[in-house]
Amino acid sequence: MGYASKSPWVIHYDGSSCNGCDIEVLATLCPGFDGERFGVVNTGNPKHADIFLVTGSVNEQNIAVVKEIYDQMIEPKVVVACGICACTGGVFHDCYNVIGGVDQAIPVDVYAPGCAVRPESLIDAIVEGVKALDEKAAALKAAKKERG
Amino acid sequence: MGILIALLGTVAFAVLAPVVGCLLAGVDRIVSARMQGRVGPPLLQPYYDVRKLFGKERAAVNGVEHAYVVCAWLFACVAGGIFFTGGNLLLCVFVITLSSLFFIMAAYSTRSPYAEVGAARETLQVMAYEPMVLLLAVGFYMAAGSFDVGAALSLDAPVIGATLLVFLGVLFILTIKLRKSPFDLSMSHHAHQEIVRGITTEMSGPTLGLVEVMHWCENVLFLGWIGLFFVWGNPASLALAVVVALAAYFLEIAIDNNFARVKWQFMLKSAWAVALVAGGVNIALLAFL
Repeated sequence: MGYASKSPWVIHYDGSSCNGCDIEVLATLCPGFDGERFGVVNTGNPKHADIFLVTGSVNEQNIAVVKEIYDQMIEPKVVVACGICACTGGVFHDCYNVIGGVDQAIPVDVYAPGCAVRPESLIDAIVEGVKALDEKAAALKAAKKERG
Repeated sequence: MGILIALLGTVAFAVLAPVVGCLLAGVDRIVSARMQGRVGPPLLQPYYDVRKLFGKERAAVNGVEHAYVVCAWLFACVAGGIFFTGGNLLLCVFVITLSSLFFIMAAYSTRSPYAEVGAARETLQVMAYEPMVLLLAVGFYMAAGSFDVGAALSLDAPVIGATLLVFLGVLFILTIKLRKSPFDLSMSHHAHQEIVRGITTEMSGPTLGLVEVMHWCENVLFLGWIGLFFVWGNPASLALAVVVALAAYFLEIAIDNNFARVKWQFMLKSAWAVALVAGGVNIALLAFL
């Protein structure tokens, strides 16, 4: 296991969520579930974060913001779609203003369904996400070596 | 010869202080978590964090930022080297301030509005704690008869007997120096009370990792200042100094978890008031009695 997976710092963005999933994301870091046991820290800064937690679907208003946050994050990085709206658009999928899940804007690594997504499944998703993080960190290291 | 010893001390400090500081930071996070009713991360979590940061991609808004942070880390190590080899306390105080100034320059060099807010607040923090830090050196000189830290080892009694008020004043500004709430204005360890990330907003990857290592070194040095009050000719006093420093660290963690951040006006006024009352009265007593 690499070091990337031992210290997953997350950043949370609320796309067009009803706030149900947002509350669960924050509950994950509270004493009851204590995400910090796995080194999870909530950062307010995309430049410090490794895992991007997006709640809610993507629409015309927020697609630029989602892309901007993703671009500001430093490699290696992982995206987790939290909740069914972020995965596919959910019950709002055929609304006139909804484009769809987060994968319509940026590449998503882990899908955590649920309405609202439970803290248990969020911790599962983050633990799944750190595997992808480790793979990306190893690939980055290999690429660095190749360049010399 | 003195310079050579200080240089060797700097190298030793640069190697050993991060180890001690990292463990202290790990204990801090566990104790903080327990105070909040959580289990908390493993002891070596700060080490994992820094290793991860050093593995990340290099990216900077302004290339000079990393150079400034390296200078800040370097001078923090020099200050530690001077202090722990028994060198001049006044010089140690000036060099660690120089380190703070490089750190502020690093944040300003990015021209980011959020980093500038952090840098401005860091400047205010330096303004707030610096008078008390200088009075610490003056108080030590008047009690020990020398600015040399090593002079404490040949005293008959620890300087705390003559400088109790200065000690309390230093304990007050230690909260600012260790970046603990309520005085963590420029850079907090807790995301919930931060404007983006304060002074480190634009720092990422290896640069941020080095900032963290510098912070560990600084913490060891500042706790050394606390311990200095309890050192005298008896070698066993060194153990006492370590115990007192650890107790002060625990006190800071408790304060950190029990207070919300204050506004800069209160920080500046209270820090100067404490410096004037605690430091001023103590030094006046030493001078006139």
